Amino acid sequence: MIPAAFEYIRAHSADEAFAALQKHGAEARVLAGGQSLVPAMRFRLARPAALVDINAVRELDYIRLDGGLTIGATARDSAVERAPWIKDTTWSLLHDVSRVVADPVVRQMATVVGSLCHNDPAGDWTTAALAARAEVLVRGRSGERAVPIDEFLVDSFTTAVAEGEIALAVRFPGSGDRTAGSYQKVERKVGDFATAAAAVQLTLNADGTIKAAGVALSAAGPCAVRVPQAEQRLVGQKPTADLIRAAAEAASQKSEPQADLRGSVEYKKHLAGVLVSRGLRQALARLGVQA
Amino acid sequence: MSIEAKSERHALGHRMKRKEDPRFLQGKGNYVDDISLPGMLYAAIVRSPYPHASIKNIDISEALKVPGVKAVITGADLEAAGLGWLPTFHGLDKQMVLAVGKVLFQYQEVAAVFAETRAAAYDGAEAVQVEYEPLPVVADPFTAKKDEVILRPDREKKTNHIYHWEVGDRDATARALESSPKRVSQRIWFQRCHPAPLEPCGCVAHFDTMGRLQFYVTSQAPHVYRTALAIVTGIPEDKIHVISPDIGGGFGNKVPVYPGYVCAIVGALKLGRPVKWIETRTENLTSTGFARDYHMDVELGASADGRLTALRVSTAADHGAFDAAADPTKYPAGMFGVVTGSYDVPVAHAEVDAYFTNKAPGGIAYRCSFRVTEASYAIERAMDILADELGIDAVELRRKNFIKKEQFPYKSVLGFTYDSGDYHKTLDLALEKIGYKALLEEQAEKRARGELMGIGFSTFTEVVGAGPSKHFDILGIKMFDSAEIRIHPTGAGIVRAGTKSQGQGHETTWAQIVAEELGLDPQNIMVEEGDTDTAPYGLGTYASRSTPVAGAAIAIAARRVREKAKKIAAHLLEVGDGDVEWKDYKFQVKGVPAKSVTMKEVAFAAYTNPGPNEPGLEATNYYDPPNMTFPYGTYIAVVDVDRETGEVKVRRFLAVDDCGTVINPLIVEGQIHGGLAEGFAIAFMQEIQYDSEGNNLNTNFTDYLLPTSLETPHWETANTVTPSPHHPIGAKGVGESPNVGSPAAFVNAVIDALSPLGVRHIEMPVTRDKVWRTIRDAEAARK
Amino acid sequence: MKVSIRVNGVAYERDVEPRTLLAYFLREECHLTGTHIGCDTSACGCCVVVMDGDKAVKSCTMFAVQADGHEIMTVEGLAQGGALHPIQQGFWDQHGLQCGYCTPGMMLTAYVLLGQNPNPSEAEIREGLAGNLCRCTGYQNIVKAVKQAAEVMRQPAPAAQ
Repeated sequence: MIPAAFEYIRAHSADEAFAALQKHGAEARVLAGGQSLVPAMRFRLARPAALVDINAVRELDYIRLDGGLTIGATARDSAVERAPWIKDTTWSLLHDVSRVVADPVVRQMATVVGSLCHNDPAGDWTTAALAARAEVLVRGRSGERAVPIDEFLVDSFTTAVAEGEIALAVRFPGSGDRTAGSYQKVERKVGDFATAAAAVQLTLNADGTIKAAGVALSAAGPCAVRVPQAEQRLVGQKPTADLIRAAAEAASQKSEPQADLRGSVEYKKHLAGVLVSRGLRQALARLGVQA
Repeated sequence: MSIEAKSERHALGHRMKRKEDPRFLQGKGNYVDDISLPGMLYAAIVRSPYPHASIKNIDISEALKVPGVKAVITGADLEAAGLGWLPTFHGLDKQMVLAVGKVLFQYQEVAAVFAETRAAAYDGAEAVQVEYEPLPVVADPFTAKKDEVILRPDREKKTNHIYHWEVGDRDATARALESSPKRVSQRIWFQRCHPAPLEPCGCVAHFDTMGRLQFYVTSQAPHVYRTALAIVTGIPEDKIHVISPDIGGGFGNKVPVYPGYVCAIVGALKLGRPVKWIETRTENLTSTGFARDYHMDVELGASADGRLTALRVSTAADHGAFDAAADPTKYPAGMFGVVTGSYDVPVAHAEVDAYFTNKAPGGIAYRCSFRVTEASYAIERAMDILADELGIDAVELRRKNFIKKEQFPYKSVLGFTYDSGDYHKTLDLALEKIGYKALLEEQAEKRARGELMGIGFSTFTEVVGAGPSKHFDILGIKMFDSAEIRIHPTGAGIVRAGTKSQGQGHETTWAQIVAEELGLDPQNIMVEEGDTDTAPYGLGTYASRSTPVAGAAIAIAARRVREKAKKIAAHLLEVGDGDVEWKDYKFQVKGVPAKSVTMKEVAFAAYTNPGPNEPGLEATNYYDPPNMTFPYGTYIAVVDVDRETGEVKVRRFLAVDDCGTVINPLIVEGQIHGGLAEGFAIAFMQEIQYDSEGNNLNTNFTDYLLPTSLETPHWETANTVTPSPHHPIGAKGVGESPNVGSPAAFVNAVIDALSPLGVRHIEMPVTRDKVWRTIRDAEAARK
Repeated sequence: MKVSIRVNGVAYERDVEPRTLLAYFLREECHLTGTHIGCDTSACGCCVVVMDGDKAVKSCTMFAVQADGHEIMTVEGLAQGGALHPIQQGFWDQHGLQCGYCTPGMMLTAYVLLGQNPNPSEAEIREGLAGNLCRCTGYQNIVKAVKQAAEVMRQPAPAAQ
């Protein structure tokens, strides 16, 4: 219950953090919220020789509305949850997610970027990022690069952040008017990982047809998974009950969950469909549309 | 909705705020991990990853090199000191302290490391190298029964069968069932769960300069620990001082003596320094006393119009690797014989066969009242199944078969004499408060639309207050309890009892009893428990026995104080003893109410002017209860089931309890709320599961689920009062009733919701997946 | 490693291993044992303290070195000038505690909650406390306690004499 010993480095700038990570390579881990890392260290499942604490790097602690939404590496989940604009329909997907990640105390330390870097198969932010087509800003030896979320999420607990690199921010593109989303999560209790969850984001055209659709599932594979079959089905169409049913069915098919104490494979696949259906209905309702 | 307060009486019945709260509110509680002694070392335990394996070798050399590590002990060291095994509280078995020869469950204790710091102790534990040779695993009692792999070669009889217990008339029950016009049978499994108090178990052991063992420990029964330790270690009992400090929840988890405790004592002795051992949550869930794990085959017979004819229950009990179920000696299956519940059953038979498996030992915990939770669940589920079979309303079936008020004291065919009850009254109050008729109408409407709404009942009777010396003992010690009361010159006082609160509020309720009997201010009656040097010998607090037994001892001791005080009053009033009476909380001259003295004045006189009487004002009572007490209740759950996700929403839950005289309604309500939350957790989300290889799957709060404030329903409470005729203040126990009664109410409600689909039973925990699959399978079967 | 942490307004300077969890620092270096440890997986909330006045953190999921230079309030810092905080009073009046083990963390989470939402509904209280477990109370009286505290804290402060 006490972690193995490690060296602690407190960075005061992004440069300092990056230099420390380059120096220690695979032996170092970034400490931001620590809400996934510290528990793993307490069980000695993670035994980094060095922790690079970036919580004092002020330049990474920001949330910016800049046409889109950019969240710095040390911005807390709770800062998103309580942002003055979080109730805007256009950010409704993130609004929903920010209320169900972990628990309300953990959210006060946990970070959005940290969650993306951790890439738990049942993560919430990863799923939302897929549906919202986000990209992650990563700093490597050759400078900064923007990695689209689809490429960023590689495998369970594995991302495009290589040894010695650091993720600096996540950017959610702005989608203008007539955008709404929904995050539907079934969990056995607050604080549990999702039994199943679906992130949905829709943008409508002026004529009411669907301009853009993002559909992603949590706890449905080695990492959060997009359902392009559902998205393609939705785009260009007017929202109807049948359309929603088809998208839900596609999601159910795409879902490849593991059986575990939370539920069987068939239950989770079934839930994936139900939650996409409910998510689509809620997103549409937020746009004043009944399907 | 709340428990009725009888506020016109002096102190009994007041919704008094708790006296113990100020220290907890300010973070000044004194829990065992708060204790720090000079030179204190820390212990950490090395545990087996294998459920069943021979130990080939234990290499402690690397561990000893870890900076800060002072010593490492193994089973061999303990065996050499005669401490390899310790007797379990049930007394029919023993348990390894540290594994000797082999390990029998995953996470079993194998070695103990003592170090200067907590971190060094964990580092040292990590460095101990153990070579195991895995053995075949026995993962359930049905496999164990086959005796293909004998788990306990140390025992005389080479079998996994631990004991057979039965009660009732086997042949008459069989005949009655054979000839019953209607009959239902169901395998009902009460799953293995764990009480998981938020404070884990732990201790600090210290041999002081007088050679006495000072032992601070999370114990619900400190005196029994002292005696047990004296027997096990050979240290004379006067040289052992057990102190239970503040305890952060017990729920039966802190009754057994755990290997970590013995290791800490051995470490302290060996190293001449205090040793602290505090377990982690993982250790708590995987190695300390679990609860339940009863596979019950229940058969209930009835006439065509619903009169019960017979009940038969045959149970396979999974006890884990050692029989560490802390039952009274003559009751290896606890109070399971109360399985006839609230009903007038003419003939019945119950039997339990217990088996060893490769799992953690235990069985008696989690507010079970010694297996009453299992028994109550079985009968309350069976009644609903029978009602479904007969096509009779579940409430009417119960009402028809209730033991009637006139039948008390009621002797059940399985040997219990129920002290008092008025089941019909409590049921009627519950039906009124829940608005039963309106709910039935709503349900009919919803059913017509295909919506799944359920109303579930549990009309339980349980049995607490162990117990009469004729029947009950733990390791031979009779299950009395005790009180010592001393009143000071200024009218304040102290009461010491043999019980040990872990949150039940004894510092307030015991003071209320004394205050009521003596007309004093409960704020100035100090209550002390848990220090074996000063508290009179008691059997501790568990199975809701404190109020029935210690509460009685306190009342009687207080009355003895009053008897003595009366003599001093007579002296002060200058009349004969026989001319004084205790009236309106004062001593009055009979017929001359103006001539009176208060207890406060008498207290002062006891020290300043006792007259011909012995000075001082104190008394003691050791109370041997004449019978158990039988609290009961009607619980009603209203649920709505989401077909698509299988989620069950508990819309309402009403608990109407009858625990006889209520000492403090605020505290009783709190106990009910807490117990209902535990019953809710058990019904919907809790299980300690082992896979077929013996791996424990629920080792932490990520997978052993405790509901939060968001999942936990709102509780409606009410009560009726049917005093216990044999208890000095008419009180029964109550803390365990909500856990005893509620799981069946929840599950009966879910089944009621699913009954239009032809569903008759579902196993706990009632998870979303199970509900969804049950609905899907039922609908498929109907096509 | 040297750290300096202000706890309840008092500066504590200690030399600790980086792996020392904040919970143990508070309990064993500062001898403030009101912060409790109840689980291994950051689920129970018994260890919650307030960081920098407005953030509830699980101190078992944080290293003391992370808190270097920061302000921590533990349960021992709630009462001011010998008077119980309205949250403490609420828990007492409403029987919001039984064994007391979850109580410090529960009250401090409520402290931060009420700082952000001075008039929470029952649902908001239950949501806000869902990171803190209790085994004894079934939560109902805890909710009542927080509601009472919120009401008291919304009263205008008495005018200075």
